[in-house]
Amino acid sequence: MSENILVKGPGQAAVGAPSAPVPASAVLPVPAADDASASAGSRPDAGSGPDAGNGPGWTDTGDGRPGERHPAGGRLRRPAAAAYEVARPFLRRPGFVLAAAFIVFVVVSGLFPGLFTSYDPTATAPAEKLRGPGLEHLFGTDELGRDLFSRVLHGSALTIRATGGAVLIAVVAGLAIGVIAGFLGGWIDSLLMRTVDVALALPLLLLALAIVTALGFGTLPVAIAVSVGIVPGFARTTRAEVFRVKGQAYVEAARTGGASWLRVMWRHVLPNSWGPVMVLAILDFGTAVLSISSLSFLGFGAPPPAAEWGTLISSGRNYLVTSPWLSLLPGLFVGLVVFGLNHVARTLEEVRP
Amino acid sequence: MFRYLAGRLAQALLVLWAAYTVTFVILHVLPSDPVTLQLAAGGVDVSQLTPGQLHSMEARYGLDEPVLTQYFGRLWDALHLDFGMSLTQNVSVGTLVSDRLPSTIVLALVSVGLFLVFGVGLAYLASYVQWLPARVLLRRLPAVGISLPTFFVGLLLIQVFAFSLGWLPARGTEGWRSVVLPAVTLALPGSAMLAQVLIRSLGDTWQEPYIVTARAKGLSRWAVQLRHAFRNAALPALTLLGVLVGYTVTNAVVVETVFSRNGIGQLAQQAVLGQDVPVVQAVIVIAAAIFVAVNLVVDLLYSFLDPRVAHTARVT
Repeated sequence: MSENILVKGPGQAAVGAPSAPVPASAVLPVPAADDASASAGSRPDAGSGPDAGNGPGWTDTGDGRPGERHPAGGRLRRPAAAAYEVARPFLRRPGFVLAAAFIVFVVVSGLFPGLFTSYDPTATAPAEKLRGPGLEHLFGTDELGRDLFSRVLHGSALTIRATGGAVLIAVVAGLAIGVIAGFLGGWIDSLLMRTVDVALALPLLLLALAIVTALGFGTLPVAIAVSVGIVPGFARTTRAEVFRVKGQAYVEAARTGGASWLRVMWRHVLPNSWGPVMVLAILDFGTAVLSISSLSFLGFGAPPPAAEWGTLISSGRNYLVTSPWLSLLPGLFVGLVVFGLNHVARTLEEVRP
Repeated sequence: MFRYLAGRLAQALLVLWAAYTVTFVILHVLPSDPVTLQLAAGGVDVSQLTPGQLHSMEARYGLDEPVLTQYFGRLWDALHLDFGMSLTQNVSVGTLVSDRLPSTIVLALVSVGLFLVFGVGLAYLASYVQWLPARVLLRRLPAVGISLPTFFVGLLLIQVFAFSLGWLPARGTEGWRSVVLPAVTLALPGSAMLAQVLIRSLGDTWQEPYIVTARAKGLSRWAVQLRHAFRNAALPALTLLGVLVGYTVTNAVVVETVFSRNGIGQLAQQAVLGQDVPVVQAVIVIAAAIFVAVNLVVDLLYSFLDPRVAHTARVT
């Protein structure tokens, strides 16, 4: 990590990086591949400080290659300017900005619901029950007089946790399977890929039902159930990328330089192959939110009084005739979140070269 | 052609077998104590039983044998369409499923018909209309359709058409009128996905030289789109069709719960809630079988419509 920061500024690179006698021909292919994946990899979190530099591309230069030979060195700009350059195509799309702002609002309000609502999600007030949406209660109140807006925001925390967990599990498992299959090849590869084919051939929700039956109900089982449906796609993309990277000259150079397979895999193959997987992960967030709220709507989520979005919608069904907002407003909220996520993902995919 | 057919059939059977095996592993091997899980579903408190009683209960549900013996025994029974007894209701799983399968099949067929009409219609209009605002609106519509949760759409339709307007029943399984709202709900995400793919491939086809030729001959845009563009653009959408039919079957779990329809989806939801392992296993295997069969038919249809498919070398 410290090496990475040192080589970040073009001027410092020559001083900071220890020079190693590597043949120039072996070094040359590195920067070209690097620069492309670095700009693609850091795009989603552009401007988030040191993290932006922790993208795939930097690891290689931090590996001890002399930075002054970096032909792309002149193109490396100061972070602020680079961040602006990356962000510009997005800022010119008002729809994207709106969708991203809404997603940020949902995440922040899910993590700190107290910032946006002063109501306690579990405090009952029988005199206030089944009030329609209004200024006092934005989404109205439920059958026990609890503020619905507050309950939705507090439910966000659970849903965000489940979604994040599902995508995280899927990314880690998918990367592991893909790297192992792509790197080892042979019968292990065939076995893993046939398994993935079978999993891809089955609808996501079916396996999720079996897993929830076996593991019981709650946020974690639901997250695991949903992640199992996403893993195959990740595994397959990773494998394809690993195959591509494995044949690159810099991998060969690193091997010739005496690096072990494990080190080559960790420092060269993995950092250069997870870019497309990350794009896929962003695309899958919307699907994950939909599946998770479907499963909690069916009653497999966290037990009451905690209420995920799906649970809220499901319990509001009993009052659909008299107080339709109880299930329709949270339902609309979920729809907006999924739409926002899909829109953000699609824009990222479009703008990506 | 025959080799392709045989290979494709073998692959379908393999997927089906794998679906059975994976669900068996998840349901019987994954839980730390499958016996307690299954007996608790039947309303038996295991901690209250004497070892002798426990043993007789295990024997009754066939849980005392080694897992491998259970696996092969149950697989053999499943091949004969015998999925054992339900743990929560004192009926055989076969009866439960066969009672409820017809209403789900009717629902699925109607909704597949609807999403074909909606999807193709929307794609057609979106490609034909030239007035920019309408074109943009029509092209954005599928993205909205994909994002809306099925249960939200269902509840919205109930609120509007059943409670406010009173045109159609909000729940139940009787009569054709009860099928309308669930089928529309179920068709919506499918038609949105179909429209998205069709719009894209119609756009691609529109660039082809034969379209220019057809236009140059003096055919109207409508005729060109109908006769030349659409037929070629429909091929990519056909692949999607198998997937979409499968998702219609699984989405039925949510839709039947929303509309309280007495179908196989609702059975699945209740079985999972009651942790009724044999029923869950049977429903999953049946849904997987439908999914695999539809995809097989679509693939064969595809190779019939586009003979290049069966002859190209497989690239993996």
